[in-house]
Amino acid sequence: MLTNWNLYPKINVQTATPRFLQDLTRNTKLPRTFIARGLGRSYGDASLAPKVLATERLNKILRFNQDTGVLQCQAGVSLDDILKLTVPKGWFLPVTPGTKFITVGGAIASNVHGKNHHVSQSFGSHLLQIEIIDDARRMHACSPEENRELFEATCGGMGLTGIIYSATMQLIPIETAYIRQTTLQASNIRHFFELFEKFQHSTYSVGWIDCLKKGKSAGRGALMVGEHAAASEIKKKNLLRLHRPPKLRIPFTFPSFVLNGWSIRLFNFLFFHKTPKKKTGLEHYEPFFYPLDKILEWNKMYGKKGFIQYQFVLPLKNKEGIIEILEKISQSGQGSFLAVLKLFGKQEQGILSFPTEGYTLALDFPIKKGLFQLLDELDALVEKHEGRLYLAKDARMKKEFFQSSYSSLPRFLKALKKTNSKGKFKSMLSERLGLDQEEAAAFLAKISEEKKELQH
Amino acid sequence: MKKALLLGASSDIAEACANVFAQKGFEIVLAARNAERLQPLAQDLRIKYQTETSLREFDAADPASHASFASSASDADVVLLFFGYLGDHQKALHDSEEAKKIMQINYLSAVSVLSEFANLFEKRGSGAILAVSSVAGERGRQSNYFYGSAKAGLTAFLSGLRNRLHPHVHVATVKPGFVNTKMVEGLPLPAPLTAEPMQAAQSIYDAFRKKKNTVYTLPVWRLIMFVIRSIPEPLFKRMSL
Repeated sequence: MLTNWNLYPKINVQTATPRFLQDLTRNTKLPRTFIARGLGRSYGDASLAPKVLATERLNKILRFNQDTGVLQCQAGVSLDDILKLTVPKGWFLPVTPGTKFITVGGAIASNVHGKNHHVSQSFGSHLLQIEIIDDARRMHACSPEENRELFEATCGGMGLTGIIYSATMQLIPIETAYIRQTTLQASNIRHFFELFEKFQHSTYSVGWIDCLKKGKSAGRGALMVGEHAAASEIKKKNLLRLHRPPKLRIPFTFPSFVLNGWSIRLFNFLFFHKTPKKKTGLEHYEPFFYPLDKILEWNKMYGKKGFIQYQFVLPLKNKEGIIEILEKISQSGQGSFLAVLKLFGKQEQGILSFPTEGYTLALDFPIKKGLFQLLDELDALVEKHEGRLYLAKDARMKKEFFQSSYSSLPRFLKALKKTNSKGKFKSMLSERLGLDQEEAAAFLAKISEEKKELQH
Repeated sequence: MKKALLLGASSDIAEACANVFAQKGFEIVLAARNAERLQPLAQDLRIKYQTETSLREFDAADPASHASFASSASDADVVLLFFGYLGDHQKALHDSEEAKKIMQINYLSAVSVLSEFANLFEKRGSGAILAVSSVAGERGRQSNYFYGSAKAGLTAFLSGLRNRLHPHVHVATVKPGFVNTKMVEGLPLPAPLTAEPMQAAQSIYDAFRKKKNTVYTLPVWRLIMFVIRSIPEPLFKRMSL
């Protein structure tokens, strides 16, 4: 049985684990259809299929220039592997999500974003080149200059354009491994918006919301902003200290009743009081970027039925829609451990990329009776406010909502024809959302039909 | 800089071992068939450990090539043997070619190449030989006795070699037990008894450093094999193992 980080859905799979590039390009037997899969940290069915191709052993670093910060690696290399190599030498990831236990291939396929999206866009924006293997087992190099459409389709393309073999990226220089962090209390959601906009020139910013607060203080929480600390700010011997391996592990799956309104309140309470009381402080990059990486397998806290992480974005002009959505969640009584708020900047890169200028909110919901109904209702609100959901965190969205909310879908489907014309690369997500050529033809015909009607 | 030569370097345990020895400052020579496949691994080792790494074409299945291979690689300080062939036991029951192949790779080829290095190291008066044998070689079982008997032969060979080369050249027999590798992909192995390649590599480095004679990657295997060896034959022959 295989499942992704949110433990839903679970399916029986057969896994092939290639060791060498030649296993991908030559005649080693590969399944007829499959999807490439990294460390399984997406929340949903994006890297699940009856047959998966595990990239975990394609984990070699191919090139690293200490003077320029250019690194090339195979797609199965994790962000953890990269940091271990580059931090002591003064280089950091240009974009990182909230865990370092993801592969580079996964980071590209989901075009992940981090706390610096508003200034640095997403992972794909820092790639100099990708090597990808198509459905005829041919290798293509693509970049913003070369094979551009394939590059743009692959960044955020959920692994459907082919097997990502390698990536070349530009890292960013750091003087220290520390972050100068400032924490600000936000008394409600509107205050949050003000703070985000006020601090939009900070390199890193992220907000934590206590979802159980109602009425006037709905959306209460803390905003954290940060900058890489300069060498002159640190009085430590080892300025470029590496993170340490995780210490804690959730030993077993918690029974579902452990998670109730009280335990969530307690968790939120503890979480807020764990954040430094002082307003400004220096913190190592590990607790700043990866607070949950310290606890291995924290996903088991949600019980064996798993959870859904619901992440949507609303365009800036419709940011007030978040209030309506928070109210709906609050009324439902279906709590969330963590709610993360973030202001996205403009996103120009990656055809099917999730970010768009506006606010994104991510919430966890333990799976229980009535949840899917609630999420459908939330979808309707997100759709009303012209927002959309993050595919890397989706396990249940309806095809119609996806098609109407991702307006660049026709361009993506057209690009897929070049390297995946017969649906060799296919996942549960791609089938659920109609991301294959047959569905695409029907969908594109429908769109041109509608256009014609409009012209008449 | 000390030099470690890995024979059968495309195996998962070899890859993990290359990382461990490179981290300890060894120069690494990766020897395998189609060695160019290992170029990315060689790059990775160079970048991570700033160590010299090279590739050598080596065909375990061709013993005629072993003498010239060994003499051209005689500057190695440590020789590690990883190649092996599990084969298809059911097929080997009726297909003598499959049976021969299992015996050839696991026993004859290993003996062939290690004999060359044994002579070179004996002459030089230094060196270490570490070879991956198997717990399967401790008692023949109906489910894998072709593989088991070949590994039993290898274990006996290593024991004799250790006796001969002591004290100048150390010989270690590595019995990894179940390891999560390509060789056993898809087999339902019990998790508590299954090690990761990196654990196997650590136990191999440990055997080298502490001059251990026989190592099991997970200590529990020493106990399991003691029990299996202790079962009286009249009883053992009735068991389905």
